[in-house]
Amino acid sequence: MKPTTRYVLSSTGLVVFLLFWEGFARSGIMEPHLLPPPSTIPPALISEINEGFWQVMVWSSLRHYTIGFVLGSVLGVTLGVVVALFPRVEASQAYLARILRPIPPLAWIPFAIIWFGITETAAAFIISIGIFWINYFTAMGAVKAVDKDLIEVARAFGHRTFPALLRKVILPGAAPGILSGLRAGLGQGWMTVVAAELFGIQGIGQRMIEAAGLLNTQVVILYMFSIAFLYGVSDYVFVRIQQRILAWQR
Amino acid sequence: MAAVIETKNLAVAFGEGDARNVVFHRLNVSVEEGEFVTLVGVSGAGKSTLLRVIADLIPSLEGSIEVNAVRVPSRRPIAMVFQADSLMPWRTISQNITLGLEGIDVADADMQQRVDHTLDLVGLSDFGNRWPYQLSGGERQRIGIARALAVEPDILLMDEPFGSLDAITRTGLQDELLRIWRETKKSILFVTHDIEEAVYLGDRVLLLGGTPAEIVREYRVDIPRNQRREGEAFLRKIEEVKAGLHEAIAVTANNANDG
Repeated sequence: MKPTTRYVLSSTGLVVFLLFWEGFARSGIMEPHLLPPPSTIPPALISEINEGFWQVMVWSSLRHYTIGFVLGSVLGVTLGVVVALFPRVEASQAYLARILRPIPPLAWIPFAIIWFGITETAAAFIISIGIFWINYFTAMGAVKAVDKDLIEVARAFGHRTFPALLRKVILPGAAPGILSGLRAGLGQGWMTVVAAELFGIQGIGQRMIEAAGLLNTQVVILYMFSIAFLYGVSDYVFVRIQQRILAWQR
Repeated sequence: MAAVIETKNLAVAFGEGDARNVVFHRLNVSVEEGEFVTLVGVSGAGKSTLLRVIADLIPSLEGSIEVNAVRVPSRRPIAMVFQADSLMPWRTISQNITLGLEGIDVADADMQQRVDHTLDLVGLSDFGNRWPYQLSGGERQRIGIARALAVEPDILLMDEPFGSLDAITRTGLQDELLRIWRETKKSILFVTHDIEEAVYLGDRVLLLGGTPAEIVREYRVDIPRNQRREGEAFLRKIEEVKAGLHEAIAVTANNANDG
């Protein structure tokens, strides 16, 4: 398929979907507030921006998201690397990780509130949990998968201390895996950010619940798309950085 | 001539208890200054292990390894060329070549000069800024040789460096290696499973066999190198080494059966 054909088909698919949605919403089959047509979303955006809500909510959510992402990623990557490097540490975390990992980030909400109150810290904490586990396991796997022969090569050329091997072979060798974990965490973070705000912490999630209570469903949809947009932008930027770091890969 | 490497009653073993596997018991190998020694042997006999013990990548149990090389802060006495694809994929070709120079006393300007010089030597002058994935298998192997030469070693240890290459590339690189050897006068210990390659390259061919392994035969190749690709004497020498290898395989198998 030619790239232009692909582009045209993708755009057509989107337009057809929006038209169908618009037609269905206007047909009277459903109450308009149960499914507002997409044409109501741009006005909703303009009014939310004019009233100052959109900027404040997006900014708050971005802050929770960023803190949670950095916290979860730094801890996850660091601990994952350490565990992969030391078999004894790995053995001692095996059962613990197996018990803690399946607990969904949202199940931590009660404790987040008990420990931190209805605060930004609580939201960032919840977001960081999901991101932590993703990075923990991918970093561990990435370090274990580093080519042992290259470690031997580095040793043969005089790099025999642990820090030297870490710097010259293990970390660069694990970088592709670690970066793909960070990217997965970037997506996971947006999934929890809304839920983390549903219980009253200022942000997109809180605004959505408010709007839903007033049956301002076009506002709810506006914020749903805002999240998709923010995720798209952050993923795009990340992939650009990733490609630059991994220029050595074919 | 003086020996640059001499192992005396070298013993190496892996594992412990019942799983203990004694690779060598009393191994004596020497390489003279400027000599090209090739090492062939029963597969699993420990050819690669010997190189790794000499390179101090694996510890020996007993015995000694004497390396009579000049100790200079800006050089490493021994450098190793590995089997194909031992380049660090995240380093450019230049950065791969400087791997062994990081940590020894080489000024930045000198480092660049050594990169240029060794790239010239292996015939890949313009490749410094490329990534390894952009090179063919044969080119990567040349860079492996350049990386070893950059530390200006007296001794090159080569572990089946051409084993994974196609026949044409391999033949080309063998001749290239002989040219580099003549130009740089390195002492070389070259492991291969290809007897023709061993006889083509070596001044001396060592045959490793038995359990624990020892040098069971040694062949001097007194044929001028320009008469080595074909010709009666060359082919006879190959047959001679092959016969020795088959004998060694039979002996090793018998030993194994005896328990």
